[in-house]
Parts: sequence; structure tokens; C-alpha cells
Amino acid sequence: MGAKRIVGASPIKIDGPSLVTGQAVYADDIHLPGLLYGKILRSQLAHARIEEINTAKAEQLPGVALALDHRSVPRKAYTTAGQGYPEPSPYDNFIFDRTVRFIGDRVAVVFADSLEAAEEGLSLIEVRYRELPAVFDPAEACRPGAPRVHEEPEIQGAFDPTRNLVTHLDLEIGAVEEALAAAPFRVEGTWSTPFFQHVPLETHITLSWLDERGRLVLRSSTQVPFHARRILSQILDLPLWKIRVIKPRIGGGFGGKQEVLLEDLCALATLRTGRPARIELTREEEFVSSRLMHPMDVRIRIGAGRDGILQALEMEILSNTGAYGTHGATIFFNAGSKTLPLYNKAENVRFAGNVVYTNLPVPGAYRGYGATEGYFALECAMDELANKLGLDPVELRRRNHIRSGESSPIFRKLGEGREGVPQVIASCGLESCIELGRQAIGWEEKRSLPRQVGPHTFRGLGMGIFMQGSSIPLVDMAAATLRMNEDGSFHLFIGATDIGTGSDTILAQIAAEVLSVPLERFLVTSSDTDLTPFDKGAYASSTTFLSGEAVRKCALAISEKILAVAAVLLGEPAEGLILADGVARSTVSGKQATLEEIGMRCFYLAGQQQLEASASHISEVSPPPFAAHFAEVEVDTETGCIKPLRYVAAVDCGQPIHPGQARGQMLGALVNGLGFALYEELRFSPKGAALNPTFFDYKIPTSLDLPQIEIILVPTEEPSGPFGAKSVGEICINGPMPVIANAVYDAIGIQLKRAPFTPESVLRLLGKL
Amino acid sequence: MLLDFMLNGVATSWSIHPGESLFEALRRHGRLEVKGNNCGNGECGACTVLLEGVPVPSCALLAGRVAGKRVETVSSLGTLERLHPLQQAFLEHSAVQCGYCVPGILLSMKALLDREPTPSREKIAIALSGHLCRCTGYLQQIEAVEALGPPHPTAAETNAVDCQDQEGDTNGS
Repeated sequence: MGAKRIVGASPIKIDGPSLVTGQAVYADDIHLPGLLYGKILRSQLAHARIEEINTAKAEQLPGVALALDHRSVPRKAYTTAGQGYPEPSPYDNFIFDRTVRFIGDRVAVVFADSLEAAEEGLSLIEVRYRELPAVFDPAEACRPGAPRVHEEPEIQGAFDPTRNLVTHLDLEIGAVEEALAAAPFRVEGTWSTPFFQHVPLETHITLSWLDERGRLVLRSSTQVPFHARRILSQILDLPLWKIRVIKPRIGGGFGGKQEVLLEDLCALATLRTGRPARIELTREEEFVSSRLMHPMDVRIRIGAGRDGILQALEMEILSNTGAYGTHGATIFFNAGSKTLPLYNKAENVRFAGNVVYTNLPVPGAYRGYGATEGYFALECAMDELANKLGLDPVELRRRNHIRSGESSPIFRKLGEGREGVPQVIASCGLESCIELGRQAIGWEEKRSLPRQVGPHTFRGLGMGIFMQGSSIPLVDMAAATLRMNEDGSFHLFIGATDIGTGSDTILAQIAAEVLSVPLERFLVTSSDTDLTPFDKGAYASSTTFLSGEAVRKCALAISEKILAVAAVLLGEPAEGLILADGVARSTVSGKQATLEEIGMRCFYLAGQQQLEASASHISEVSPPPFAAHFAEVEVDTETGCIKPLRYVAAVDCGQPIHPGQARGQMLGALVNGLGFALYEELRFSPKGAALNPTFFDYKIPTSLDLPQIEIILVPTEEPSGPFGAKSVGEICINGPMPVIANAVYDAIGIQLKRAPFTPESVLRLLGKL
Repeated sequence: MLLDFMLNGVATSWSIHPGESLFEALRRHGRLEVKGNNCGNGECGACTVLLEGVPVPSCALLAGRVAGKRVETVSSLGTLERLHPLQQAFLEHSAVQCGYCVPGILLSMKALLDREPTPSREKIAIALSGHLCRCTGYLQQIEAVEALGPPHPTAAETNAVDCQDQEGDTNGS
């Protein structure tokens, strides 16, 4: 194969022109005659039993077509988590239950001719509740005598619902207590994160209708169309073949749409009335009743030798999974599995913790998937250790981080809510990331300057190093189909779910590169369970790596078929033929046939056949991308304000397939992480009501909040990925919390151990409040 | 009630509901290029349109308020076959991910460039600050606007003047 030309370039996204011209591409951009609008009645109590519910008045309201509650829907325990089967999340959720478990939980739904009628219908539903004791603090929730969040007998898969435990784990390698006692240097602390929300600009939305055969069609803002189809079939007792899930363009996901949150209700409305139905969450519902990030308290203990080499490393986590356990176990496991192997010199490692139910809204998958919370603690603890050792934080990392050719027992011990898969790191650009980032930020020069730059302003530098994974090894599968037309153009069918990440383009680039055909000749159809082969969906940093390899294999397979036809056409052995620039050419005689000639022959002239190939891929490894992040901040000790001045992220994502989009993934994740560090938090009243579920009160970064950001791509060659690629979607969200905290530590010596780092929290630590 | 206004340069007469926001009216009349959640507060900026050349969130504006005025949506910029230079620049700078916020952002950037042909990075960031984007981190969007030279006429204006010699090759990838 010649030099790569399409992979590694940054062509315009194939869906780009439609997006910038405002074409009708999102879920809501279609007109469905007779559409029913659904609105969900939400619990105003954090924990209560529904003693009586009466929907008669609502149903009699003109325009109302249907009202549903726990009495009128199938009762089957399931998980809303769109994960592979069997899901590692507990089956603790019902379409509607007699018990409500948080303020914002589902009580009933009304479908009507208009949104106004549906809203009026909701107001006519009469509910008599018996309030139950509620628990909001996860530490309290697992003490004896605490209110039980889940008492229903049907639930499965939670570790011990009588103690509100979704997951409990205590895993030890070596002897941590002894190693800590013997270590000359020790660090210990707990770092906490609150409820963060994904904040996709498009809230969750689903539309449904019956097709001409009476099959159920859902057009939904989902990251997991195939898992959604399977879960719907399971809970509605509807044969899977009677369901079609279509993912149109969607307005952002970030993990929040790896959930089945509206599809079941729309499906029921359409199946019962025969009419199309639609539910769109309001922004407030998106904040409170979709999904959040798991708040965690992460306790770290590190023991190190005088040389700075880690001898013991312990991470103990208390994770709050709210009222339902969706993704609770796996995110907790990933908080360890994506962080601890980074420091593989430690021979004694313990990872333990509890994932706990409370009567608060429900966290789920969120970009970073536990690693974000884990790294906040781990990378802050490493800086404290560097301080104790009198060692440069960069040097401490250099002495301890994993390198290519090395492994960690954690890879085998910690998987997705169960044991993992052993792996040896094949590609690791971390040393270069650290070096290039260090130079770019001016580490030595700036660290040697006085910290004080004004009467009450101080500057500091902080850093951290990170890894993630690429797909869930030996669990998740992706598949692709390629079909050639008689003009030499190709249809690429992929289950992979482009949620704005550019995966339709990236996967087409991979096919185009293998076949040596211009990108414009690929017509991509993705994420439609009727038309495309299976794919696990957009999660776990999988798509480029896993779906990309499926596409590469598929392209190789169709290329063989094309060359076999060309061999007959040219009268040459197939072995001597190559595909280059849209022609099959003999390297022996120089004779060639265009793809059009081959296509026309196959369709009409001789040996008629459809040139088509499919391939599937499952990975045995989950090669981590690596990153080193550096930040410079200015802290005002009078106001407590932290201003990030510069941020450098040097990232090894293997070979970037589309460097422009790869950089976009890094920037988007990084700026989201800055929001975590500085201002984002969904807060609650003592009774469990969300206090700030609006954009006015839950601040996310705007264009005015950016430091000067520099992204450095540090390419490596990952042998298990397509054209050397690894993942890039998640890793950079892990950086800002610890890196900003470390920079503040460097500037004024305070340790910020709870995000977000508000001016108030800074002033408190300075003893000024 | 009847609403008479200029939509993308075309005299338009629509029946609107009392109390309806401009966003609702636009969507109800099939102008699906306007994206948003109809929050009614102008929280995110996605549904921004130009009213007399000034960016406003259409969800926070009563439809009746645009009577007799000029309203422009993203359709006033380019078309699939003939992208506006701003649209082209956003694509070339990988400044579009999910794209949901982009139609509104493009209009705010158009208004900025109409006012100020070569805005500083700070001016671009200020003009962008009424728009929330969770995907991109804004930087590539700022870079895209920065890379544009003097202002370009809209497709409509271009057509009015001369259809021939504006950027022949708009959509190569």
C-alpha cells in the first residue's frame, strides 16, 4: 500500500454541509401527521408510595388520547443502560413503578394532540402519595437502618439492595497495608466531585410511528440504537423484528444518550393508539430527569520510596448512583481500571468501594466514565507526593508511568463490572506528551518565577498525566457492510453512531484509504437497525478504534472481490493486481480496469453479481490513549477567583484518522472539564429538589471563559487499531480538575479537594470565610 | 392573526397563534433550519435568527413583534451547493461537531462580520458568547471566523449581483 492520503487528512465532514445549512436532519425535523405530544408527570417527592392515582379527568380532556401510569403498562424490571447483553447494570427500573424514588422520577405520561393539551392533562391527574423516609447522603445510605431505596422483589443484579448497595468490591494485589507502613513517604486524602450534567444542546427526544407493515419505528436521539431496540423488545414483549430504531443526526450526547429514557413511552403510545408520538425533554427535565455524572468521594493512599517510585497505591470510592443503578457498577470499575495501571510500578494495589442508591436523580454514562473522578484524586495526590518528596511533579510522573511493552495486573483484574482482560501496552507516547507539553507551557522557567504577580494575585503551574481505553475488549462488537455500485461508488453501511464526533466521515475515510477511492464516492448510511449491521453504539471510546477496524476489514474483503473480477476481466492473476486511484491495475503488465468497468460487468455483462462484503470486529485489547496536560492559572486571594491563563494538552491517540476532528474531540472534552473544575454543579435542597436546573444557574463554559489553549497531537502507531489509531473521545475530560487544582496548589499552596473550585471554596481554604 | 414580515428577503404572510414565539411560528411553518428546545428564555442561543440584522434568540421573541421587519435564518447564508464562506470556514476548521448550535452561531458571526470585517479574537469570542456549544470548546469556531478575510456577501446578495464569480469550488472534500 502506498502513502496514506485520505486517512490522516482532515476533509470536510460528510454531513457537514447539511449541518451548516440547517437541513432537516435532527429527530424533530420531520412532520408526522396526527402526531401525539407526550408529557411526563414527575414526582415532587424524593421517596413515596403511590397509594392512588386517577387519570380519568385527564383522559376526558378534549385532545388527550392516552394517559399511562404503573397500572397500565407492563411491569418488567430492566435497566435503562444501553450496554451489551447481559448488561452489567442492575435491573432495578420499571416503565412506571408504584414507588417514586427521586424528585423528577416518572409518575405518569399523557399524550395529546398538542403540547398544551398534554400539559393540561398532566395537571388533571390526581395522585395520593404516602411519603417514605428518604436518604440523600451515600455514606448514610449504606449504614444499617437507612431508608431502603429499592424494596421491590423483582430487581436483579444489585449487590445488596437491603443496604442500598449496587456494587461492593474490595480487590487487593500484594499487601497494601504493609507496604504503606513501610513506605518512607505517604500521601492520603479524599477528593470529591458533585453531580455534573452532560448538557447536550439538543435535549433527549424520541418520535415514534407505525410503518406500512404495522411495525414500530423510533427516531430517537440515541447513542445506542441497537441496544435500544433490544431493550424495547425485552420490556414491551414485542418481537425484535417488529422494531426499527433510527438515529438521525443528534445534538450532542456525551454519554447521556446511552440510555433508553423516552423510547418505551413513545412506543407504548404508538402501539396503543396507532398514532405517531413524540416526547422531548425540557431543559429542566434534561438536568433533573435524564442522566448526570456519578458524584464520587475518592480516597487515595500512596506510599513511595525515597526515589519517588510508588510502592503502594490504594483507591477507595464511595459512588452515588442516585435512585437507579444504571452504569453504576461499570463506572466505578472504570474509575480504577482507567487510572491505576498508569502507575504500574506500584506492586501493592488496592481498589475498593461501594456504589450506593440514594433518593437523588440518576447518574449514568458520562464522557470519561469514572476515570474523570479517579484522576482528580490520583493526580492531585501525586502532586502532594511530589511536594513531600521535594521532587518536580513532572519528574515524579516520569519515574512512575507505564510505558510500551509493559502491563499492569489491573487490566486483568478490573473489567466492566467483572474481571477484565490482560494486555501489554503496545503504543505509548506519554514520554513525548510530557516533554512537549512541558516545553510548550514553559514549565521550568515559569516554576522558577515568583508566584506573586500583584498585591493579591498569584500564578501557578500544574500538570497531570492520563490514559483512557479504546473499546470494551472481548465484549463489544462492531460491523460494517460495503456495497459497490456500477459507477464505482460505494455504499458504506455501519451501525456506528455518529453523535457529532465525525465517525461517519472517519469510517468512510478508512474505507476510502483501503480501496484507494476518493472520499466523495462513499455514501454512508449509519445507525438504522433496519438497514445497517450491528454496532454496540457510541460509547467507551470505541468507534474509531473498533468500528474503524471493522470497516478496514470490510474494505479489504470487498477489495479482494473487486480484484477477483478484475482478474477475469484483464485475464491476469488476481495476485498481481492492486487497487489504486479508482482502478484495478496489474503490477505485472500494467493493464488496468476502472471500477466503473468492473461494476458494469458485474451488474450487466458477465459473471453477474453484487459486489458486497461485510466484516465484524471485536478487540482483545483496549489500547489506552495517553495525555499530559499542563495549565497556568492566576488566583486572586481577595476574591477567590481562579483564572486559567493557559492550557496545554499533549495527546497520544495513535494515528489520528482526521486530525481536525480529533483536535475537536480534545478541545470539547477539555473545555467541558474546565467547567467541572470551575463552576459546574447541580445542587439540591435538603429535601432533594434540584436548585439550579437551568442554563442561567448551572453555568457551562462560554467562549469568554477559555484560557489560551494549545493542543499537541503526539502520534504513535497502535498495531491493534485501524491505520494505527486509538481512541480520542474521552481522555481530555479527565485533565482540568486535577491540573487546575495542582496549579492553584503551586500558586498559593491550598489543596482544592472538592470540585467545582468556586471562589467561595478558595476563600474558605484561605481562612477568609 | 396574520403576520406580515420579510423572511430571508421574501415578503411573507403567516397566520400565527396569539402568544406564539417566533421560534414556534418558524418551526410550525416548516422553517426547520431553526434549531432549539423552545426554552423561551434565550438560554442557549441555538434558535438565534437575525432581526433587522441583529442576532436574537427566536424562542424569546413573540412572533407578532417581527411584523414589518426583516428576519433572516441560516437559509439566508448559503445552500448545499453554494456554501457561504462562513459555512465553508466552519467546515474547514472542523468547527462543527453535532451542529445543533451552528445555524444560530453562523448568524451571530455573520452579524459580527457585517459590523466589523476583520474582528479581533476577543470580538469574535464576545459575539460568540451568547451561544452555548458543548461539543467544540469554541476554539475552532473562533479560528474559523478569524481565518475569514473581509466580509463576503450572502448567497442571496451574491445572486442579486452576479451569480458567476464567487468561489466556484465551495464543497471539495
